Amino acid sequence: MIAPASHEPLNHEPAIEFDHASFQINGRPLLQNLVLSVKQGETLVLLGRSGSGKTTTLKLINRLLLPTSGEVRVNGQRTAEWDPIRLRRSIGYVIQDGGLFPHFTVERNIALVPRIENWPQPRIDARVRELMATAGLSEDLLSRYPSQLSGGQRQRVGVARALAADPPILILDEAFGALDPITRSEMQKEFRALQQRMKKAVIFVTHDLREGLLLADRIALMEAGRLVVDLPARDFSSSDDALVRAYVEAFASLPDPK
Amino acid sequence: MNFLQFMMANRQQVLDLTLEHITLAGVATLLAALVGIPLGILITRVPQLSKAVLGGANIIQTIPSLALFGFLLPAPWIGARGGRLAILALALYGLLPLIRNTYAGIQGVDPSIVEAGRAMGLTDRQLLLQVELPLASGVIVAGVRIAAVLSIGLATIAAAIGAGGLGEFIFRGLAMVNNQVILAGAIPAALLALIVDFALGRLERNLGTLRLRN
Repeated sequence: MIAPASHEPLNHEPAIEFDHASFQINGRPLLQNLVLSVKQGETLVLLGRSGSGKTTTLKLINRLLLPTSGEVRVNGQRTAEWDPIRLRRSIGYVIQDGGLFPHFTVERNIALVPRIENWPQPRIDARVRELMATAGLSEDLLSRYPSQLSGGQRQRVGVARALAADPPILILDEAFGALDPITRSEMQKEFRALQQRMKKAVIFVTHDLREGLLLADRIALMEAGRLVVDLPARDFSSSDDALVRAYVEAFASLPDPK
Repeated sequence: MNFLQFMMANRQQVLDLTLEHITLAGVATLLAALVGIPLGILITRVPQLSKAVLGGANIIQTIPSLALFGFLLPAPWIGARGGRLAILALALYGLLPLIRNTYAGIQGVDPSIVEAGRAMGLTDRQLLLQVELPLASGVIVAGVRIAAVLSIGLATIAAAIGAGGLGEFIFRGLAMVNNQVILAGAIPAALLALIVDFALGRLERNLGTLRLRN
């Protein structure tokens, strides 16, 4: 297995589907009546301010949370019916700064899921080396610990780790949020090229509209636990929704220097 | 006869009592770890129990050691031998640092790392053994270190109930009003505590570097 296998959808059922899903905690609604779906090969960017419900949405997909009403379906099956361990191992998850295990080397971090899935060692070794190349990392880094890497390198390892068992679904939570602008822009372009090859179902959470426009097939804007709009990326900036306009204007131009 | 001459003249007995002392404190610390670490893990999983467990261990800690030895004397089997009784009492004293440090160590692991592990599909057991315990190991060893040093110090009192150890010299010296004899028990006990403290301190630092991040 050298090239990442492509996951052709068996039918036209969406890979991820929110069916009037709500989540509340102690009577406080964090997410209300979300209707949203992502197909295989599609990149959906969830855009919104802090506290708008983006991260809650992600946690409903890999069953870190269960909806308090409505349903979330992954590959047609309700998350409540999935074995949570199986579900999570079929979803790659990338968080800000990588979320790497500080006591594992780069190699062990990337090999985590293949190892707990009991892959034979030669296959794990081959896969780790393949992913190092995919993520643009030199093999010299394999024996390093996360604290010995730059922020950009840690983030690349985080992406490589999420891709290790070739999951059909990838979710990223502010994945590039901790990077300097130049590294960030590099990572965004590489990720876009990668996704064009991988054709996974991707949900990418960000509050950065530029990042959203660069990566998304569709952009879903959230505010206060509700979905505001769900638009193809090319139509987003021309929407006349007031919140979209506010967002677009906030990113419209560079300020004049004092 | 000065102190060194006394030590040389009685070197076989010094050695025997030191070994006895190490056995008392060592077995007690091991017992405390075998009970305390699982209890510490348990209260991270069942937080409702944490108050009762930590409170109980706290109360044990406040019982004066001579009184605890006295309370345990009438206990069947345990009370029959001074050594058994001393080990049980010392192990009870060691519980608090071990429970507390295990609990604090696991609670102190960066929650985003634990959540990343969960999201990758680690089972609870894998998360505990591969992520939480290794990352808490420095703090847990610090607990072992406190318990061990505490046991070595308290074990001197165990001689009062016939459990042996370096306390024998101390009590005998007190009875004879002879400082040489007291020192023959006190100095090896102090050295033992220092050596164990130093060795476990090093181990703790080495494990601590695992936790370094940025």
